[in-house]
Formats: sequence, structure tokens, C-alpha cells
Amino acid sequence: MKWSTMRLRDYVIRRIFLSIPVIIGVLAITFVLAYVVGNPLALYVDERTTPDAYAAIRLEHGLDEPIYVQFFLYLRNLFAGDWGYSNTARMDVIPTIQRYFPATIELAIVSMIIAVVIGIPLGIISATKKDKLTDHVTRVIALAGVSMPIFWFALMLKYLFYFQFFMWGLPFLPEGGRYSFIYVDYTPITNFVLLDAVLTLNGVLFFDALIHFVMPAMCLGYIFLAIITRMMRSSMLEVLKEDYITLARSKGLTERVVIYRHALRNAMIPTVTVIGLAFGGLITGAVLTETIFSWPGLGRWAVAAILTSDIPSINAFTILVAIIFVSANLIVDLIYATLDPRIRYG
Amino acid sequence: MMTMTESDNEIHDSQDEIHTLEPDVILDVRGLKTSFYTYEGVVKALDGVSVQLKKGQTLAFVGETGCGKSVTAKSIMRLVDSPGVIEAGEVVFRDRTLDKEEVISDLLKLSEDEMRHIRGNRIAIVFQDPATYPNPVFRVGDQIAEVISLHQNLAEEALVMKIDRLEETLAENPQAPNAEEIKEKISEYKSQLDDPPPPTDDDKKKVAKKKAVEMLKMVRMPSPEEIANQYPHELSGGMRQRALIAMSLSCNPQILICDEATTALDVTVQAQVLNLLNELKADFDSSIIIITHDLGVVAETCTHVAVMYAGVVVEYASTDELFSDPVHPYTSGLLRAIPKLTEKVDRLLQIKGMVPNLITPPTGCRFHPRCEFATSICSEQRPPREEVKPGHLVECFHPQGSVKGRR
Repeated sequence: MKWSTMRLRDYVIRRIFLSIPVIIGVLAITFVLAYVVGNPLALYVDERTTPDAYAAIRLEHGLDEPIYVQFFLYLRNLFAGDWGYSNTARMDVIPTIQRYFPATIELAIVSMIIAVVIGIPLGIISATKKDKLTDHVTRVIALAGVSMPIFWFALMLKYLFYFQFFMWGLPFLPEGGRYSFIYVDYTPITNFVLLDAVLTLNGVLFFDALIHFVMPAMCLGYIFLAIITRMMRSSMLEVLKEDYITLARSKGLTERVVIYRHALRNAMIPTVTVIGLAFGGLITGAVLTETIFSWPGLGRWAVAAILTSDIPSINAFTILVAIIFVSANLIVDLIYATLDPRIRYG
Repeated sequence: MMTMTESDNEIHDSQDEIHTLEPDVILDVRGLKTSFYTYEGVVKALDGVSVQLKKGQTLAFVGETGCGKSVTAKSIMRLVDSPGVIEAGEVVFRDRTLDKEEVISDLLKLSEDEMRHIRGNRIAIVFQDPATYPNPVFRVGDQIAEVISLHQNLAEEALVMKIDRLEETLAENPQAPNAEEIKEKISEYKSQLDDPPPPTDDDKKKVAKKKAVEMLKMVRMPSPEEIANQYPHELSGGMRQRALIAMSLSCNPQILICDEATTALDVTVQAQVLNLLNELKADFDSSIIIITHDLGVVAETCTHVAVMYAGVVVEYASTDELFSDPVHPYTSGLLRAIPKLTEKVDRLLQIKGMVPNLITPPTGCRFHPRCEFATSICSEQRPPREEVKPGHLVECFHPQGSVKGRR
């Protein structure tokens, strides 16, 4: 018992160390794209800078140093918390992230919860009722989810639940934003609205924020729900053909126990991979959703930065997404190890 | 599977006929037909399999790959996976309950709930491949304990465990301040022994795990306590197979079916497992069905043999009888194909032709296209089952061996 938990700890530490080279690789790529390709001087000049000042700017920002030295300077700045100035947000990058990042993460987590909580049971039901009506309905729902453009779905949701419900005189969903700042008093603590509402025991704010979550989370979650459902269905079907399922049945177990105890845990292994990758995808997928629902998240900031070639902001966004991807995969690997004993020692 | 269950329920409700069974026979398979509905057509995998198993016998099913040995086993357990359907026949089973009462029932007509009570409890199966049959994500001990806690009440065992534990604490520290309390508790539990209360789930799990370790010990597993806490991939093939056997035996089944249980093992381990099975058969008073294509295994361990060909039992006899006097041309062909160490031959003997396609099986006797004695009647009619000698059944128009030319 004891040595197996120790093995688990060693595995976790090994996996964390293995993700460091990935992060360094991403940093190198962002550095090359931003400061080596093209003229890095462009970052610091505007139309009023005279050519005589160039040399001084080069000296000040270390641009006359060799490239590898510049890379170390870049890394030093990153680790020192100097991520540059964001022209788009008109303030430093770090506080910008602190302001926008929680909104995105919160939306992604709520969407993910919706997708996982609905998608996994749907996939199981679809697999166990293969070729029955339930299965066909589920498959159509899933197929619609993976093939529908996110912006079109978002606009349709908005048209129905905001515009048409309003026209029909029904209670309608808010059109965008994270909370109704006109009615609700809210001073951010962590910038996670739901978390802040719980911390301050503000029921009105919590409910109001929840209402605001409905459409964006539904929109973003639906696509991932579809992916998870399809993955769960196919891996469940695969597992149900395995010999150990026959063995479980030959023991005289009920079908429910066979499926939920013996098959589910094995079928979860590929599904967890997809969930991990999807979570990274949620952050980038949030860009369109955030734009349509005026969600004050990273996505809108990143789009604006890309349109105005705001290099420090683009870099920050890239690094952030990379870190989220790497940590999502790390978490997936850890879940793997608890699901499948063969992986821990392999 | 689902549709089969539903229709079975209907039959079960509508006709409650009483099945008769000769004394000593515990399993009687009569005219069992199983088909698989594939895209290419209907595969008639079993076409009227009839065979009897008596108490204490070890019955072997032998035959080529694809002749329906495993399907017979799975049909008896009603574990045929879709698209397979059991279409006709009876599997009459004499169930011995705890109070020695005997219940005779047709397994194919039981409800799914009643059938679950049989599976793993009264009839257990050991499968072919120890690499793929244990569930890779659960500990070996837990997988065994699962069957035990499913089919057994364990009330008495749980109570005994509690008493033991209390007595142990008392023995360790007799001057404990709560010694009186413990003594009272012990006597209270002891008074309940005649009519033990149902155990809590937690107690049941502990007892089942303990019994699982005992089962592992029974199948000669080295350091069973440790093995019980390991995962299947940490064990060798032979150990895994033994764990599977322990799992199957854990509820004292009346019939143990070994579906090529030793085929995936190397010869020494195979011998160990076979010896183990024979010893355990005596210990547990069970009967065994062995499915194999290894005639050596049959000669060593089985009392009776049923030779299968293309979904039909063509010959059934005791092992000695069958090996000394094979009557069906297919059986004698099989026996002649065994290489002999004393003779030097360039080519091993083989039965000419191929196993027939079961979507369009040959008419009449299914063996006639490959049979050297076939005449026109063989392709027209299916040969009836005939008792050529006492206890020696055969389905053939042209029996060979000692009864040759009687027809």
C-alpha cells in the first residue's frame, strides 16, 4: 500500500520535470517569432522617434547583444514579472492578464463541467443502447455539435433566447457580459465572479452571474459535449467487446455493475485524454464566444492584440495557452495513473 | 442478448413444465442450437448439440477450431454475445441448494435474474486467455472477492471475524480498562451465531477479501496475501490463470467449465493447472467440463469425451473407450493425426479437406464431404444418434472400429 503511493508521488514529480522542456520550447518559439523575425526595434519606436535615437534604444533594451544573450534577457524579464507593456489594453501585460484571465478560465471551467457532466452519461447510454432510438438521437446531437460553427450557434442562441424571448414577452437571457453591472454592486476580489459571490455570500450576484453564464457556457460547452459524447460512446463500445466484460458477466454480476464498475473505468481512459486536450482547446475556442457575448476575457484581448501587432500581448497569450495545455495534460496523466494501474509503473 | 431475455421470460411465464433428469446426471444438454446473424448470413454454429454430464465426471469437448466448443460453453452459461442467438434446445440443470434439496430447471427458460444466480455460483467458467480475461484496473483479490460477496451471505463469517478480532485485542491487553465491555460484546456476538444478523457492507467486503486470499492459497499461489493486492499485469500467465481458477471456484460451483483454460500456458504450467483441477474437483465435489483441442490433456484428465465437428457432437464415450475404439470416421481421423514418437514418418497424417463454412453447411451429415466412407445417404439425411455400445453414442451411417459393417 505504502510503496504504491510513493510510486505515485515519484511519477508526479517526474511528469512535472518533463513538462519544463516543453515550456522552454514554447518560450524559445515566442521569442524567435517576436524578437528575431522582423525588426525588434519596431516595438519601441513610433512616428515621432528620430533615427538618431535608435542606437540609444538598442542599447537600452539590449538589442545589440548576440541573440542567445537576448534570449536570456527575455527569459530573465519573464521570470522577473516584466512581460512588457500592452498597447491594446493600455497597461502592463501582467495586470491585464490578472484582469482578463479569470473571466476566460471561469467560462472554460463552467463549459467543461457542463460538457463532462452531460457528455459522459450520454456516451454511456448511447453505447449501451446501441442502434436503438436513444442512440440515434444522441448521435445526431453529437454530430450537430461537432459540425456546427461556434459563431453561428452563438448567434442563433442569442437570437432565440435574447431577441425572440424579449419580443414574445418571455423572461429572456442577458445578451452579454459577466454580470449586470447596472443593478448589481460588485467589487472584484479574485476576479472570478462566481467565486467572489460565494466568498461575499452575495446571492443576488451569484444568481445574476449564473444567468449570464447560460448562453456562453452552453455555446462553448456544446461543442465539447459533442466530442466527449462521441469519444465516450466509441471507447465504451470498444471496452464492452473486451474479454474481461465477458468474465464479469460470467460471474453473475448485473448489467449495471458490469457497465458502471467494470467497463466505465477502462472506457474513461481514452475519454480523459480528449477532455484534457479539449480543455486547452476551450481557451482558444473561447475567443469567438467571448467576442459574440461581450465576455471580458483573454480572447477579446488577444484578438485585438493580433489585429494591432501588439507583440507583448500576443506572446503573453501564447505562453499562457501553452502553460494551460501543458498543465491540462499533466492533470490528464495523473488521472490516468489513478485510473489504470499499468501506467503508474510503466 | 436483450431480446433473448425478454422472449425467455415469456416462455418461462407461459409454460412451467417439469423437467425430468436421470439420476446422477447434473447437466443435460438437449438439441442445443445457436446461430450468429452476421452480414454474410446466418452462421449455424451449433446444430443440435446433445450431451450429458454426470456428477463427478470430467467431460472433454474436443474438435477443431471453430467447431463450436466454446459456443457450447457460452450457450450453457447463456453468455452468447450479440449477434449470437440461442434458438432451440434445453439445458437441464440439477441445482443442489444449501439444504440438499434438488431443483431441476431448464437454464434457457430462466429469467435473467435467476440465471445470474447460476452464473459464477452454480456453474462457473474459466476462460482461455489469462492475459485478457482479468480486468486490468482492479486488484486480483478484489476481483475474486467480488464474486464471493455477490453470491454468498457471509453473515456467519462476518460475525466470527468480529469475535476473533475482539478476542485478539483482549489477548493482547487483558488489563485494558474496557476489558469487561469487550467480554460482554464477545458473548453477545456468540449468542447471535445461530441466527447471524446480515453483515454491514464493510464487514462483508473484509470477509470476502479474506476468503479471496484463502482461495488464492487453495490454488497454490505463492504468498497469496501479497498477490491479492496486486494487479493482473504484475502476475505471470500461469499465476493469472490460477487466479482465474480461484475466482471460478470461490463459490463451490457444481460445474466448472474450462474453456481451453490451459492452451495459453506452457507445458509445465499446464500440467500443474490440470493436476490442480483434478485435486480441486475432488475437494469441491464438482464436475468439470474441459474444452480443448489437445488430445493429450483429454487422455490425462478426462473421464468422458464428446467429439465435436461443425456444430454437432458426432461421438460421445468414456475416454478409454474412445481412444481404444473410435467409431466415427472423424474421431479415428483425429486420433490417427496424433504423431507417434516411436514411428518415423515424413508427413503427419491429416484429414483431407477443410472445415465447412457454417453459413452454408453440407446437407445431411456435416462430415460427408471429407469422409472416406461417405455414400449417397450421408449427403441426404442427418444420421441419427445411436448407442452402438453401452455409453458409446455416435452419429454416423457408417460406423467404424469394432462395430464396423453392422449396418
